[in-house]
Amino acid sequence: MIIAERKPIKELLNMLSGHDRVLLVGCKGCVTVCNAGGAKEVAVLAAALRITRRREGRPIGIDEMTLDRQCEPEFISWLEEPLREKGYTAILSAACSVGPQYIAERFDNVSVMPALNTTFIGGTLEHGVWAEFCRACGNCGIHNFGGLCPITRCSKGLLHGPCAGSSGGKCEVRPEADCIWHLIYKRMKNLGQIEKLKELKPAKNWSSYWSGGVRRVVREDLTL
Amino acid sequence: MKAGSNLERILRSGEFAVTAEFIPPATGDRGLIERQARYFKGYVDAVNVADNMGAMVGTASWAVSKVLLDLGMEPIMSLVTRDRNRIALQSDLLGASLLGIRNVFCTTGDHQKFGDHPEALNVYDIDSVQLVNAVRGLSDSGRLLGEAGCDNIGPFFVGAAADPFGDPVDLMILRLGQKVRAGADFIQSQPVFDLEKFGHWVRLAREEGLIEKCSILATVLPLRSAREARAINERRRGVEVSKEIIARLEGVPEPEQAQEGIKICAEQIQALKDMEGVRGIHLMTQGWEEVIPEIIREAGLKTRHKKDKTRSA
Repeated sequence: MIIAERKPIKELLNMLSGHDRVLLVGCKGCVTVCNAGGAKEVAVLAAALRITRRREGRPIGIDEMTLDRQCEPEFISWLEEPLREKGYTAILSAACSVGPQYIAERFDNVSVMPALNTTFIGGTLEHGVWAEFCRACGNCGIHNFGGLCPITRCSKGLLHGPCAGSSGGKCEVRPEADCIWHLIYKRMKNLGQIEKLKELKPAKNWSSYWSGGVRRVVREDLTL
Repeated sequence: MKAGSNLERILRSGEFAVTAEFIPPATGDRGLIERQARYFKGYVDAVNVADNMGAMVGTASWAVSKVLLDLGMEPIMSLVTRDRNRIALQSDLLGASLLGIRNVFCTTGDHQKFGDHPEALNVYDIDSVQLVNAVRGLSDSGRLLGEAGCDNIGPFFVGAAADPFGDPVDLMILRLGQKVRAGADFIQSQPVFDLEKFGHWVRLAREEGLIEKCSILATVLPLRSAREARAINERRRGVEVSKEIIARLEGVPEPEQAQEGIKICAEQIQALKDMEGVRGIHLMTQGWEEVIPEIIREAGLKTRHKKDKTRSA
Protein backbone atom coordinates (compact mmCIF):
# COMPACT_ATOMS: atom_id res chain seq x y z
CA MET A 1 0.00 0.00 0.00
CA ILE A 2 0.87 3.67 -0.15
CA ILE A 3 2.41 4.84 3.12
CA ALA A 4 1.97 8.47 4.12
CA GLU A 5 2.72 10.66 7.13
CA ARG A 6 0.90 13.71 8.37
CA LYS A 7 2.72 16.99 7.88
CA PRO A 8 3.72 18.94 11.02
CA ILE A 9 0.90 21.11 12.41
CA LYS A 10 3.06 24.22 12.03
CA GLU A 11 3.47 23.64 8.28
CA LEU A 12 -0.29 23.07 7.91
CA LEU A 13 -1.10 26.25 9.85
CA ASN A 14 1.18 28.21 7.52
CA MET A 15 -0.58 26.75 4.47
CA LEU A 16 -3.97 27.69 5.89
CA SER A 17 -3.00 31.15 7.11
CA GLY A 18 -5.23 33.04 4.65
CA HIS A 19 -8.26 30.77 5.06
CA ASP A 20 -11.16 30.76 7.55
CA ARG A 21 -13.49 28.17 5.97
CA VAL A 22 -11.81 24.86 5.22
CA LEU A 23 -12.97 21.36 4.35
CA LEU A 24 -10.62 18.65 5.65
CA VAL A 25 -11.04 15.52 3.52
CA GLY A 26 -9.83 12.10 4.64
CA CYS A 27 -9.56 8.88 2.65
CA LYS A 28 -10.62 5.36 3.62
CA GLY A 29 -7.92 3.70 1.47
CA CYS A 30 -4.24 3.13 2.22
CA VAL A 31 -3.89 6.19 4.48
CA THR A 32 -6.56 4.82 6.83
CA VAL A 33 -4.63 1.56 7.11
CA CYS A 34 -1.38 3.38 7.88
CA ASN A 35 -3.12 5.70 10.36
CA ALA A 36 -2.32 8.93 8.52
CA GLY A 37 -5.53 10.19 6.90
CA GLY A 38 -8.56 8.13 7.93
CA ALA A 39 -11.68 9.50 9.67
CA LYS A 40 -10.01 9.19 13.08
CA GLU A 41 -6.85 11.09 12.06
CA VAL A 42 -8.98 13.72 10.30
CA ALA A 43 -10.95 14.35 13.52
CA VAL A 44 -7.79 14.69 15.58
CA LEU A 45 -6.14 17.00 13.05
CA ALA A 46 -9.25 19.20 12.68
CA ALA A 47 -9.46 19.62 16.46
CA ALA A 48 -5.79 20.51 16.71
CA LEU A 49 -6.06 23.12 13.95
CA ARG A 50 -9.22 24.67 15.44
CA ILE A 51 -7.74 24.91 18.92
CA THR A 52 -4.48 26.43 17.76
CA ARG A 53 -6.19 29.02 15.54
CA ARG A 54 -8.61 29.97 18.31
CA ARG A 55 -5.72 30.40 20.70
CA GLU A 56 -3.98 32.62 18.13
CA GLY A 57 -7.12 34.80 17.94
CA ARG A 58 -7.91 33.83 14.35
CA PRO A 59 -10.56 31.13 14.63
CA ILE A 60 -11.03 28.79 11.65
CA GLY A 61 -14.11 26.84 10.58
CA ILE A 62 -13.11 23.30 9.61
CA ASP A 63 -15.60 20.67 8.48
CA GLU A 64 -14.62 17.03 8.14
CA MET A 65 -15.50 14.52 5.48
CA THR A 66 -13.86 11.17 4.68
CA LEU A 67 -14.27 9.72 1.18
CA ASP A 68 -14.20 6.02 0.34
CA ARG A 69 -11.18 6.71 -1.84
CA GLN A 70 -9.66 9.93 -3.15
CA CYS A 71 -7.96 8.15 -6.07
CA GLU A 72 -11.33 7.60 -7.79
CA PRO A 73 -13.06 10.49 -9.66
CA GLU A 74 -16.48 9.12 -8.70
CA PHE A 75 -15.82 9.71 -5.01
CA ILE A 76 -14.29 13.15 -5.64
CA SER A 77 -17.65 14.28 -7.07
CA TRP A 78 -19.13 13.86 -3.59
CA LEU A 79 -17.33 17.11 -2.75
CA GLU A 80 -19.40 19.12 -5.26
CA GLU A 81 -22.37 19.81 -3.04
CA PRO A 82 -20.53 20.84 0.13
CA LEU A 83 -18.22 23.07 -1.91
CA ARG A 84 -21.21 24.77 -3.58
CA GLU A 85 -23.14 25.29 -0.36
CA LYS A 86 -20.63 25.90 2.40
CA GLY A 87 -18.34 28.52 0.87
CA TYR A 88 -15.02 26.83 1.63
CA THR A 89 -11.98 28.67 0.32
CA ALA A 90 -9.65 25.73 0.80
CA ILE A 91 -9.64 21.95 0.88
CA LEU A 92 -7.06 20.20 2.98
CA SER A 93 -6.71 16.67 1.63
CA ALA A 94 -5.47 13.94 3.96
CA ALA A 95 -4.89 11.39 1.20
CA CYS A 96 -1.82 10.34 -0.74
CA SER A 97 -0.98 13.04 -3.28
CA VAL A 98 -3.36 11.55 -5.85
CA GLY A 99 -6.27 12.91 -3.81
CA PRO A 100 -5.38 16.61 -3.68
CA GLN A 101 -4.44 16.52 -7.37
CA TYR A 102 -7.81 15.04 -8.36
CA ILE A 103 -9.56 17.69 -6.27
CA ALA A 104 -7.43 20.49 -7.80
CA GLU A 105 -8.20 19.37 -11.34
CA ARG A 106 -11.90 19.06 -10.61
CA PHE A 107 -12.60 22.33 -8.74
CA ASP A 108 -11.32 25.61 -10.20
CA ASN A 109 -12.30 27.97 -7.40
CA VAL A 110 -10.85 26.42 -4.32
CA SER A 111 -7.28 26.16 -3.03
CA VAL A 112 -6.10 22.61 -2.36
CA MET A 113 -3.43 21.68 0.18
CA PRO A 114 -1.85 18.33 1.06
CA ALA A 115 -2.16 17.40 4.74
CA LEU A 116 0.14 14.41 4.25
CA ASN A 117 3.56 13.63 2.85
CA THR A 118 3.25 10.58 0.61
CA THR A 119 6.32 8.61 1.56
CA PHE A 120 6.55 5.24 -0.22
CA ILE A 121 5.03 1.95 -1.32
CA GLY A 122 5.49 -0.33 1.63
CA GLY A 123 4.14 -2.50 4.35
CA THR A 124 3.81 -2.77 8.12
CA LEU A 125 6.81 -4.14 10.02
CA GLU A 126 5.21 -3.86 13.43
CA HIS A 127 2.54 -1.72 15.02
CA GLY A 128 3.43 1.86 14.12
CA VAL A 129 6.39 0.97 11.91
CA TRP A 130 6.28 0.82 8.11
CA ALA A 131 9.05 0.19 5.59
CA GLU A 132 9.57 0.66 1.88
CA PHE A 133 9.42 -2.42 -0.35
CA CYS A 134 8.84 -1.16 -3.90
CA ARG A 135 9.98 1.74 -6.08
CA ALA A 136 7.46 0.87 -8.80
CA CYS A 137 10.16 0.50 -11.46
CA GLY A 138 7.51 -1.10 -13.65
CA ASN A 139 9.66 -4.11 -14.54
CA CYS A 140 9.75 -6.48 -11.59
CA GLY A 141 12.71 -8.83 -11.41
CA ILE A 142 12.73 -9.88 -7.76
CA HIS A 143 12.69 -13.57 -8.74
CA ASN A 144 16.35 -13.06 -9.74
CA PHE A 145 17.17 -12.01 -6.18
CA GLY A 146 15.49 -14.64 -4.06
CA GLY A 147 12.21 -12.73 -4.15
CA LEU A 148 13.69 -9.60 -2.53
CA CYS A 149 14.11 -6.21 -4.19
CA PRO A 150 17.62 -4.69 -4.26
CA ILE A 151 16.42 -1.80 -6.45
CA THR A 152 14.35 -0.52 -3.53
CA ARG A 153 15.87 -2.05 -0.43
CA CYS A 154 19.54 -1.39 -1.19
CA SER A 155 20.20 2.33 -0.60
CA LYS A 156 22.24 2.39 -3.81
CA GLY A 157 20.02 0.02 -5.80
CA LEU A 158 22.98 -2.29 -6.42
CA LEU A 159 22.37 -5.38 -8.57
CA HIS A 160 25.63 -7.20 -7.87
CA GLY A 161 25.97 -7.51 -4.12
CA PRO A 162 26.59 -5.23 -1.13
CA CYS A 163 28.80 -2.15 -1.00
CA ALA A 164 31.53 -1.68 1.60
CA GLY A 165 29.06 0.26 3.73
CA SER A 166 27.28 -2.95 4.66
CA SER A 167 28.27 -3.91 8.18
CA GLY A 168 26.91 -6.50 10.56
CA GLY A 169 24.07 -7.11 8.12
CA LYS A 170 22.94 -3.47 8.35
CA CYS A 171 22.97 -0.58 5.87
CA GLU A 172 25.28 2.36 6.59
CA VAL A 173 22.82 4.83 5.06
CA ARG A 174 19.94 3.66 7.27
CA PRO A 175 21.51 1.71 10.13
CA GLU A 176 18.08 0.57 11.33
CA ALA A 177 17.52 -1.21 7.99
CA ASP A 178 18.87 -4.61 7.01
CA CYS A 179 21.42 -4.70 4.21
CA ILE A 180 19.15 -6.38 1.70
CA TRP A 181 22.15 -8.03 0.06
CA HIS A 182 22.74 -10.01 3.23
CA LEU A 183 19.19 -11.30 3.12
CA ILE A 184 19.38 -11.99 -0.63
CA TYR A 185 22.63 -13.91 -0.22
CA LYS A 186 21.35 -15.93 2.73
CA ARG A 187 18.13 -16.82 0.94
CA MET A 188 19.73 -17.71 -2.39
CA LYS A 189 22.27 -19.86 -0.59
CA ASN A 190 19.45 -21.74 1.15
CA LEU A 191 17.70 -22.15 -2.20
CA GLY A 192 20.90 -23.45 -3.84
CA GLN A 193 20.88 -20.51 -6.27
CA ILE A 194 24.33 -19.02 -5.69
CA GLU A 195 25.32 -19.69 -9.31
CA LYS A 196 22.43 -17.51 -10.43
CA LEU A 197 23.71 -14.75 -8.18
CA LYS A 198 27.11 -14.86 -9.89
CA GLU A 199 25.61 -13.92 -13.27
CA LEU A 200 26.23 -10.42 -14.60
CA LYS A 201 23.07 -8.40 -14.91
CA PRO A 202 22.83 -6.01 -17.85
CA ALA A 203 22.21 -2.30 -17.22
CA LYS A 204 18.59 -2.04 -16.14
CA ASN A 205 15.97 -0.80 -18.57
CA TRP A 206 14.53 2.19 -16.70
CA SER A 207 12.05 3.19 -19.42
CA SER A 208 9.21 1.56 -17.48
CA TYR A 209 10.17 3.71 -14.49
CA TRP A 210 9.50 7.45 -14.19
CA SER A 211 12.54 7.92 -16.50
CA GLY A 212 10.25 6.91 -19.37
CA GLY A 213 8.02 9.94 -18.72
CA VAL A 214 4.70 10.14 -16.90
CA ARG A 215 3.30 6.64 -16.76
CA ARG A 216 -0.13 5.30 -17.61
CA VAL A 217 -1.63 1.82 -17.70
CA VAL A 218 -4.31 1.13 -20.31
CA ARG A 219 -6.29 -2.11 -20.15
CA GLU A 220 -8.12 -2.45 -23.49
CA ASP A 221 -10.33 -5.18 -22.05
CA LEU A 222 -11.63 -2.80 -19.40
CA THR A 223 -11.93 0.47 -21.31
CA LEU A 224 -15.42 1.48 -22.47
CA MET B 1 49.40 -5.10 -23.53
CA LYS B 2 45.85 -3.93 -23.78
CA ALA B 3 45.82 -0.31 -22.70
CA GLY B 4 49.52 0.48 -22.81
CA SER B 5 49.49 2.38 -19.54
CA ASN B 6 52.47 2.55 -17.23
CA LEU B 7 50.51 0.75 -14.50
CA GLU B 8 49.62 -2.07 -16.87
CA ARG B 9 53.24 -2.40 -17.94
CA ILE B 10 54.46 -2.61 -14.33
CA LEU B 11 51.85 -5.19 -13.37
CA ARG B 12 52.42 -7.34 -16.45
CA SER B 13 56.16 -7.30 -15.90
CA GLY B 14 55.60 -8.77 -12.44
CA GLU B 15 57.08 -5.78 -10.61
CA PHE B 16 55.48 -4.69 -7.38
CA ALA B 17 53.23 -1.77 -8.25
CA VAL B 18 52.66 1.31 -6.10
CA THR B 19 49.65 3.55 -6.54
CA ALA B 20 48.37 6.34 -4.33
CA GLU B 21 45.16 8.22 -3.91
CA PHE B 22 44.84 11.91 -4.65
CA ILE B 23 41.67 13.61 -3.46
CA PRO B 24 41.30 16.78 -5.52
CA PRO B 25 40.26 19.77 -3.43
CA ALA B 26 37.39 21.93 -4.68
CA THR B 27 39.50 24.45 -6.53
CA GLY B 28 40.03 26.15 -9.83
CA ASP B 29 43.63 26.87 -8.85
CA ARG B 30 45.90 24.80 -11.08
CA GLY B 31 48.89 25.81 -8.99
CA LEU B 32 47.38 24.21 -5.89
CA ILE B 33 46.81 20.91 -7.73
CA GLU B 34 50.36 21.02 -9.06
CA ARG B 35 51.84 21.68 -5.61
CA GLN B 36 49.95 18.75 -4.07
CA ALA B 37 50.90 16.49 -6.98
CA ARG B 38 54.62 16.90 -6.34
CA TYR B 39 54.45 14.48 -3.40
CA PHE B 40 53.51 11.67 -5.79
CA LYS B 41 55.94 12.32 -8.61
CA GLY B 42 58.74 9.84 -8.74
CA TYR B 43 57.36 7.74 -5.90
CA VAL B 44 54.36 5.92 -7.34
CA ASP B 45 53.53 4.24 -10.64
CA ALA B 46 50.11 5.82 -11.03
CA VAL B 47 47.86 8.16 -9.07
CA ASN B 48 44.17 7.52 -8.42
CA VAL B 49 42.32 10.78 -8.90
CA ALA B 50 39.20 10.58 -6.76
CA ASP B 51 35.78 11.42 -8.16
CA ASN B 52 33.99 13.60 -5.59
CA MET B 53 35.36 11.43 -2.78
CA GLY B 54 33.03 10.92 0.15
CA ALA B 55 30.28 12.63 -1.86
CA MET B 56 32.06 15.95 -1.30
CA VAL B 57 32.47 18.21 -4.28
CA GLY B 58 36.02 18.21 -5.61
CA THR B 59 37.49 19.34 -8.90
CA ALA B 60 36.58 16.92 -11.71
CA SER B 61 38.61 13.73 -11.85
CA TRP B 62 39.13 14.00 -15.64
CA ALA B 63 40.44 17.57 -15.34
CA VAL B 64 42.86 16.81 -12.51
CA SER B 65 43.94 13.68 -14.38
CA LYS B 66 44.83 15.90 -17.33
CA VAL B 67 46.90 18.20 -15.08
CA LEU B 68 48.82 15.13 -13.85
CA LEU B 69 49.42 14.01 -17.44
CA ASP B 70 50.78 17.48 -18.22
CA LEU B 71 53.18 17.09 -15.28
CA GLY B 72 54.43 13.80 -16.73
CA MET B 73 52.55 11.67 -14.20
CA GLU B 74 50.14 8.80 -14.82
CA PRO B 75 46.58 9.21 -13.57
CA ILE B 76 43.96 6.59 -12.77
CA MET B 77 40.70 8.43 -13.36
CA SER B 78 38.01 7.45 -10.87
CA LEU B 79 34.39 7.31 -11.93
CA VAL B 80 31.50 6.80 -9.51
CA THR B 81 28.00 5.83 -10.58
CA ARG B 82 26.33 7.93 -7.85
CA ASP B 83 26.34 11.20 -9.77
CA ARG B 84 26.05 10.32 -13.45
CA ASN B 85 23.85 8.14 -15.57
CA ARG B 86 25.15 5.87 -18.32
CA ILE B 87 25.05 8.70 -20.87
CA ALA B 88 27.25 11.02 -18.81
CA LEU B 89 29.61 8.23 -17.69
CA GLN B 90 30.26 7.08 -21.25
CA SER B 91 30.68 10.65 -22.41
CA ASP B 92 33.31 11.19 -19.71
CA LEU B 93 35.08 8.00 -20.79
CA LEU B 94 35.24 9.24 -24.36
CA GLY B 95 36.60 12.55 -23.08
CA ALA B 96 39.18 10.71 -20.98
CA SER B 97 40.28 8.79 -24.03
CA LEU B 98 40.64 12.05 -25.94
CA LEU B 99 42.86 13.49 -23.19
CA GLY B 100 45.12 10.43 -23.14
CA ILE B 101 43.88 8.97 -19.84
CA ARG B 102 44.40 5.20 -19.96
CA ASN B 103 43.53 3.94 -16.46
CA VAL B 104 39.98 4.06 -15.15
CA PHE B 105 38.78 3.06 -11.68
CA CYS B 106 35.09 2.21 -11.35
CA THR B 107 33.11 2.34 -8.10
CA THR B 108 29.59 3.07 -6.98
CA GLY B 109 30.73 5.88 -4.68
CA ASP B 110 29.88 6.81 -1.11
CA HIS B 111 26.27 7.68 -0.48
CA GLN B 112 25.61 11.43 -0.63
CA LYS B 113 24.24 11.29 2.91
CA PHE B 114 27.88 11.33 4.10
CA GLY B 115 29.01 14.22 1.93
CA ASP B 116 28.62 17.98 1.77
CA HIS B 117 25.40 17.87 -0.26
CA PRO B 118 23.22 15.40 1.68
CA GLU B 119 20.07 16.82 0.06
CA ALA B 120 21.22 15.94 -3.47
CA LEU B 121 19.40 13.48 -5.72
CA ASN B 122 21.55 10.47 -6.55
CA VAL B 123 21.60 8.56 -9.82
CA TYR B 124 22.78 4.95 -9.51
CA ASP B 125 21.56 4.24 -13.05
CA ILE B 126 24.16 1.46 -13.28
CA ASP B 127 26.33 -0.09 -10.56
CA SER B 128 30.10 -0.50 -10.39
CA VAL B 129 30.08 -3.98 -11.96
CA GLN B 130 28.04 -2.70 -14.88
CA LEU B 131 30.38 0.29 -15.21
CA VAL B 132 33.41 -2.01 -15.36
CA ASN B 133 31.60 -3.95 -18.07
CA ALA B 134 30.74 -0.76 -19.94
CA VAL B 135 34.37 0.42 -19.92
CA ARG B 136 35.47 -3.02 -21.09
CA GLY B 137 33.00 -3.00 -24.00
CA LEU B 138 33.95 0.53 -24.98
CA SER B 139 37.64 -0.23 -24.71
CA ASP B 140 37.71 -3.61 -26.45
CA SER B 141 35.17 -3.13 -29.22
CA GLY B 142 34.01 0.48 -29.25
CA ARG B 143 30.63 -0.70 -28.03
CA LEU B 144 28.40 1.70 -26.11
CA LEU B 145 25.67 0.41 -23.79
CA GLY B 146 23.01 1.54 -26.23
CA GLU B 147 22.81 0.68 -29.91
CA ALA B 148 25.62 2.88 -31.18
CA GLY B 149 29.34 2.32 -31.33
CA CYS B 150 32.28 4.69 -31.43
CA ASP B 151 35.79 4.82 -32.87
CA ASN B 152 39.31 5.12 -31.52
CA ILE B 153 38.44 4.85 -27.85
CA GLY B 154 40.92 3.97 -25.13
CA PRO B 155 42.00 1.31 -24.73
CA PHE B 156 41.58 1.49 -20.98
CA PHE B 157 43.16 -0.42 -18.12
CA VAL B 158 40.18 -1.00 -15.84
CA GLY B 159 40.18 -1.05 -12.06
CA ALA B 160 37.58 -1.80 -9.42
CA ALA B 161 37.37 -1.91 -5.63
CA ALA B 162 36.98 -4.95 -3.40
CA ASP B 163 36.17 -5.41 0.27
CA PRO B 164 38.10 -8.32 1.80
CA PHE B 165 36.68 -7.64 5.26
CA GLY B 166 32.95 -7.74 4.62
CA ASP B 167 30.86 -10.51 6.01
CA PRO B 168 30.39 -13.27 4.90
CA VAL B 169 33.69 -13.60 3.07
CA ASP B 170 32.15 -15.95 0.47
CA LEU B 171 29.89 -13.12 -0.64
CA MET B 172 32.94 -10.82 -0.90
CA ILE B 173 34.64 -13.37 -3.16
CA LEU B 174 31.46 -13.73 -5.22
CA ARG B 175 31.43 -9.95 -5.72
CA LEU B 176 35.12 -9.94 -6.67
CA GLY B 177 34.34 -12.66 -9.21
CA GLN B 178 31.61 -10.53 -10.75
CA LYS B 179 34.03 -7.62 -11.16
CA VAL B 180 36.66 -9.85 -12.73
CA ARG B 181 34.13 -11.40 -15.11
CA ALA B 182 32.87 -7.92 -15.97
CA GLY B 183 36.42 -7.15 -17.13
CA ALA B 184 38.42 -5.63 -14.26
CA ASP B 185 42.18 -5.67 -14.88
CA PHE B 186 43.15 -4.60 -11.39
CA ILE B 187 41.60 -4.40 -7.94
CA GLN B 188 42.34 -1.99 -5.11
CA SER B 189 41.11 -3.27 -1.75
CA GLN B 190 39.60 -1.55 1.23
CA PRO B 191 42.34 -0.46 3.69
CA VAL B 192 44.13 -3.46 5.21
CA PHE B 193 44.81 -3.49 8.95
CA ASP B 194 44.15 -7.18 9.56
CA LEU B 195 46.80 -9.00 7.52
CA GLU B 196 45.52 -12.42 8.49
CA LYS B 197 41.99 -11.76 7.33
CA PHE B 198 43.27 -10.14 4.16
CA GLY B 199 45.53 -13.13 3.48
CA HIS B 200 42.55 -15.45 3.89
CA TRP B 201 40.60 -13.45 1.30
CA VAL B 202 43.52 -13.54 -1.15
CA ARG B 203 43.77 -17.33 -0.69
CA LEU B 204 40.06 -17.75 -1.41
CA ALA B 205 40.39 -15.48 -4.47
CA ARG B 206 43.23 -17.66 -5.69
CA GLU B 207 41.21 -20.84 -5.18
CA GLU B 208 38.47 -19.29 -7.32
CA GLY B 209 41.03 -18.64 -10.06
CA LEU B 210 40.55 -14.89 -9.80
CA ILE B 211 44.04 -13.62 -9.10
CA GLU B 212 45.43 -14.88 -12.41
CA LYS B 213 42.80 -12.81 -14.17
CA CYS B 214 43.34 -9.52 -12.38
CA SER B 215 46.04 -7.88 -10.29
CA ILE B 216 45.30 -7.33 -6.63
CA LEU B 217 46.65 -4.19 -4.97
CA ALA B 218 46.38 -4.06 -1.18
CA THR B 219 45.44 -0.68 0.22
CA VAL B 220 47.38 0.72 3.16
CA LEU B 221 46.34 3.73 5.20
CA PRO B 222 49.00 5.50 7.28
CA LEU B 223 47.63 6.65 10.63
CA ARG B 224 48.57 10.05 12.06
CA SER B 225 47.54 9.32 15.63
CA ALA B 226 45.68 6.96 17.92
CA ARG B 227 42.87 9.49 17.90
CA GLU B 228 42.60 9.26 14.10
CA ALA B 229 42.59 5.45 14.30
CA ARG B 230 39.67 5.53 16.75
CA ALA B 231 37.84 8.08 14.58
CA ILE B 232 38.20 5.78 11.57
CA ASN B 233 36.68 2.92 13.55
CA GLU B 234 33.75 5.11 14.53
CA ARG B 235 33.22 6.81 11.19
CA ARG B 236 34.00 4.32 8.48
CA ARG B 237 32.06 1.15 8.19
CA GLY B 238 33.95 -1.78 6.75
CA VAL B 239 37.33 -0.48 8.00
CA GLU B 240 38.63 -1.51 11.37
CA VAL B 241 41.95 -0.55 12.87
CA SER B 242 42.95 -3.37 15.20
CA LYS B 243 43.33 -2.93 18.96
CA GLU B 244 47.01 -3.89 18.65
CA ILE B 245 47.72 -1.05 16.23
CA ILE B 246 45.85 1.47 18.37
CA ALA B 247 47.77 0.26 21.44
CA ARG B 248 51.06 0.66 19.57
CA LEU B 249 50.20 4.24 18.64
CA GLU B 250 49.11 5.00 22.19
CA GLY B 251 52.38 3.56 23.42
CA VAL B 252 54.32 6.60 22.20
CA PRO B 253 53.79 10.29 23.13
CA GLU B 254 51.30 12.07 20.92
CA PRO B 255 53.82 14.18 18.93
CA GLU B 256 55.60 10.98 17.91
CA GLN B 257 52.50 9.04 16.95
CA ALA B 258 52.62 10.11 13.30
CA GLN B 259 56.15 8.71 13.05
CA GLU B 260 54.96 5.46 14.62
CA GLY B 261 52.07 5.42 12.13
CA ILE B 262 54.54 5.66 9.24
CA LYS B 263 56.57 2.81 10.72
CA ILE B 264 53.46 0.63 11.09
CA CYS B 265 52.45 1.39 7.53
CA ALA B 266 55.92 0.53 6.19
CA GLU B 267 55.87 -2.78 8.09
CA GLN B 268 52.46 -3.58 6.64
CA ILE B 269 53.78 -2.89 3.14
CA GLN B 270 56.73 -5.21 3.70
CA ALA B 271 54.42 -7.98 4.89
CA LEU B 272 52.04 -7.45 1.97
CA LYS B 273 54.94 -7.49 -0.49
CA ASP B 274 55.75 -11.01 0.68
CA MET B 275 52.17 -12.19 0.46
CA GLU B 276 51.53 -14.49 -2.47
CA GLY B 277 48.95 -13.08 -4.85
CA VAL B 278 49.47 -9.43 -3.89
CA ARG B 279 50.76 -7.51 -6.90
CA GLY B 280 51.18 -4.10 -5.39
CA ILE B 281 50.00 -1.60 -2.84
CA HIS B 282 47.71 1.39 -2.96
CA LEU B 283 48.45 4.25 -0.55
CA MET B 284 45.35 5.90 0.84
CA THR B 285 46.69 8.95 2.64
CA GLN B 286 43.43 10.86 3.12
CA GLY B 287 45.04 14.21 2.35
CA TRP B 288 48.39 13.39 4.02
CA GLU B 289 50.21 13.23 0.67
CA GLU B 290 53.48 14.66 2.01
CA VAL B 291 54.10 11.41 3.87
CA ILE B 292 54.39 9.35 0.66
CA PRO B 293 58.15 9.76 0.02
CA GLU B 294 58.94 8.76 3.61
CA ILE B 295 56.71 5.69 3.53
CA ILE B 296 58.26 4.56 0.24
CA ARG B 297 61.74 4.94 1.74
CA GLU B 298 60.84 3.36 5.06
CA ALA B 299 59.21 0.36 3.33
CA GLY B 300 62.30 -0.13 1.19
CA LEU B 301 60.38 0.29 -2.06
CA LYS B 302 62.15 1.58 -5.14
CA THR B 303 61.56 5.19 -6.07
CA ARG B 304 60.53 5.93 -9.61
CA HIS B 305 62.70 8.92 -10.38
CA LYS B 306 63.50 10.38 -13.77
CA LYS B 307 66.30 8.18 -15.05
CA ASP B 308 63.90 5.26 -15.51
CA LYS B 309 61.32 6.99 -17.64
CA THR B 310 58.93 4.07 -17.89
CA ARG B 311 58.40 4.17 -14.15
CA SER B 312 57.91 7.82 -13.39
CA ALA B 313 54.31 8.24 -12.48
